[in-house]
Amino acid sequence: MNGFLALTVNGVATGAVYAALGLSLVIIYRATRVINFAQPALALISTYLAYSVNKATGSYWLAFAVALAAGAVLGALTERLLIRPLRNRTELSPVIVTLGLLMVLQAVSGMIWTNEPQSFPYAFDFRGLFSASNLFTVVAVLVTAAGILVLFRFTSLGLRLRAAAFKPEVARMLGVRVGLMLTVGWALAATVGALAGLLATPPFLFPTVLDGVFVYALTAAVIGGLDNPAGTVLGGFAVGIGLSYVSGYLGPELVTVAALAILVLVLALRPNGLFGQAVARRV
Amino acid sequence: MPEKSTALRDRLRPGTPAPVRTSAGLPPLVRHLLLALAALAVIVALSFVVDPFTNVRLATVGYYLIAVAGLTLLTGFNGQVSLGHGAFMFIGAYTVALLVLYVPGLPFWADLLLAAAASGVAGTLAGAAAARLHGPYLAGATLALAVGLPAVTQRFPEVLGGSNGLGFTVNSRPASLAGTVSTPQWQAWVVWTTVLLALVVLANLTRSRFGRMLRAVRDDEVSAELSGIHIGRTKIFAFVISAVCGGLAGGLQAFLLGTAAPGSFSPVLSLSLLAAMVLGGIGSMWGALWGALALVYFQAWSEDLTHALDLGTDIANNLPLAVYGVVLIVVVLAFPQGIQGGVRALWTRLSRLSRLSRSRSTEEGHR
Repeated sequence: MNGFLALTVNGVATGAVYAALGLSLVIIYRATRVINFAQPALALISTYLAYSVNKATGSYWLAFAVALAAGAVLGALTERLLIRPLRNRTELSPVIVTLGLLMVLQAVSGMIWTNEPQSFPYAFDFRGLFSASNLFTVVAVLVTAAGILVLFRFTSLGLRLRAAAFKPEVARMLGVRVGLMLTVGWALAATVGALAGLLATPPFLFPTVLDGVFVYALTAAVIGGLDNPAGTVLGGFAVGIGLSYVSGYLGPELVTVAALAILVLVLALRPNGLFGQAVARRV
Repeated sequence: MPEKSTALRDRLRPGTPAPVRTSAGLPPLVRHLLLALAALAVIVALSFVVDPFTNVRLATVGYYLIAVAGLTLLTGFNGQVSLGHGAFMFIGAYTVALLVLYVPGLPFWADLLLAAAASGVAGTLAGAAAARLHGPYLAGATLALAVGLPAVTQRFPEVLGGSNGLGFTVNSRPASLAGTVSTPQWQAWVVWTTVLLALVVLANLTRSRFGRMLRAVRDDEVSAELSGIHIGRTKIFAFVISAVCGGLAGGLQAFLLGTAAPGSFSPVLSLSLLAAMVLGGIGSMWGALWGALALVYFQAWSEDLTHALDLGTDIANNLPLAVYGVVLIVVVLAFPQGIQGGVRALWTRLSRLSRLSRSRSTEEGHR
């Protein structure tokens, strides 16, 4: 029973990280119908910057702030330089460009910080069944998710963001600066992604550290419906707990395959995710 | 005079179906077979003049070519994005490795066929799932396939060799050729014979009714369905064919290297196959050739550059990845048609020039 409890608690903590990275995917998908495959790489660069700041100054929280700021800048730059020129292209173009960015950023981080694992600190003490660090992870992600919900539902910026995403032409006529809103959306998403990177990375940081996390986050987001932030957070925790059991009872090598199985199963039953809404087809 | 104008009108009328017979006057299958034979002759001739090292490289281009061509059929012709084609290469390579180790009596061509069959089965499963998915969902699922599948080797280390993989030797060269033909030469022949045969099949498929169905589904699912095309079946079939190509590529890679290890089938492999397809030109089988050449030679050039500039290992190890990434971004932003698009534009210009000069010379003749 103790084993079961430990696996559950561990699953909740890792699930929070998947939820955070999943959220960063959903924010962008809502705004631009693009899956940002470069999201793990943006988070990776942010985390490496945090690593360097932490090493230079010794302050974890300064490093934390630098990573979030770097995430915002990187996200905005990606939208402006790479995604905006593709507005009128096929669905495939942004997928390929973000994959290209993923490869470039991973390679660059390997060039600067080597492919070897570097030790990266936890925010708090990580020992014990439900450690301070686990608690911080879960609380940070829940607060972020709540903040995003409030932002989108109850603020004028949120209203403009949603308007720009759903009806760009109408929004533009009503005076919403649609382009600026898209950039803000990407910056916001990449900031959340950077948070996920900071929480997911310890104890070791290396260029492919977030690949697996990204697959699980994508699984979470797809289960949630890619359009639905609340569903994604739920999906993140569900995936985290489920995969923790798989890892504990069946073996850690099967976790990614299990994520794939969950993904395929959910999509076979509900092609738009558990909480997603089907869009009526136009003929 | 009247016949002439009819012919002209036919040619100008948009949407006129392409004639079954080509300009050479041969049915496509015969033409493709002749082209393949000519290509094989070139490869064989080439394999005698170049050094063993280049022969291995030649064979490497061959197996990448078939993998990228399969991806072109799936993504370029049918519009399904796969970020997991390395997984099918993984299946092909491990099938060949296991067969060579545990069923040594089997001839190598049977190993290859079984590798193709195994990845075909995997492709059916993946395709059945993929037929229900679209765009980003499919990309995500196939990416999970690429990340997840190689980890299975860790689960069954005693059979699949863990992270070291499996090592073996394939002795397929006939004894009578032992003195005259070197191993790399023979390997290049085997690889290219397989690849060219597979390409003939692909080239015919894409020009057939099935090829038109693929494109119809890609361009507009609703109208394709209205005209009686079974969308799910078409998508699954496309997935199976491209998975078989991936499996063949993996099997040939295992044959060439004598190893099958999970490290060679990382997500980076899948992404670089995609990069090669985009660089070559998404909608064309010729693009696959340029893409495969680029894959092999980017690697080679970045190694040369590293030696020449004496770059550190950190930079050297990551240089090919950075190059693929930059190429992907630049091609999509600036040259969406890829290399084949450039070749085609050049070809059109040249043929227009030659037609112009020909008409000018006939005018002079009349005078």
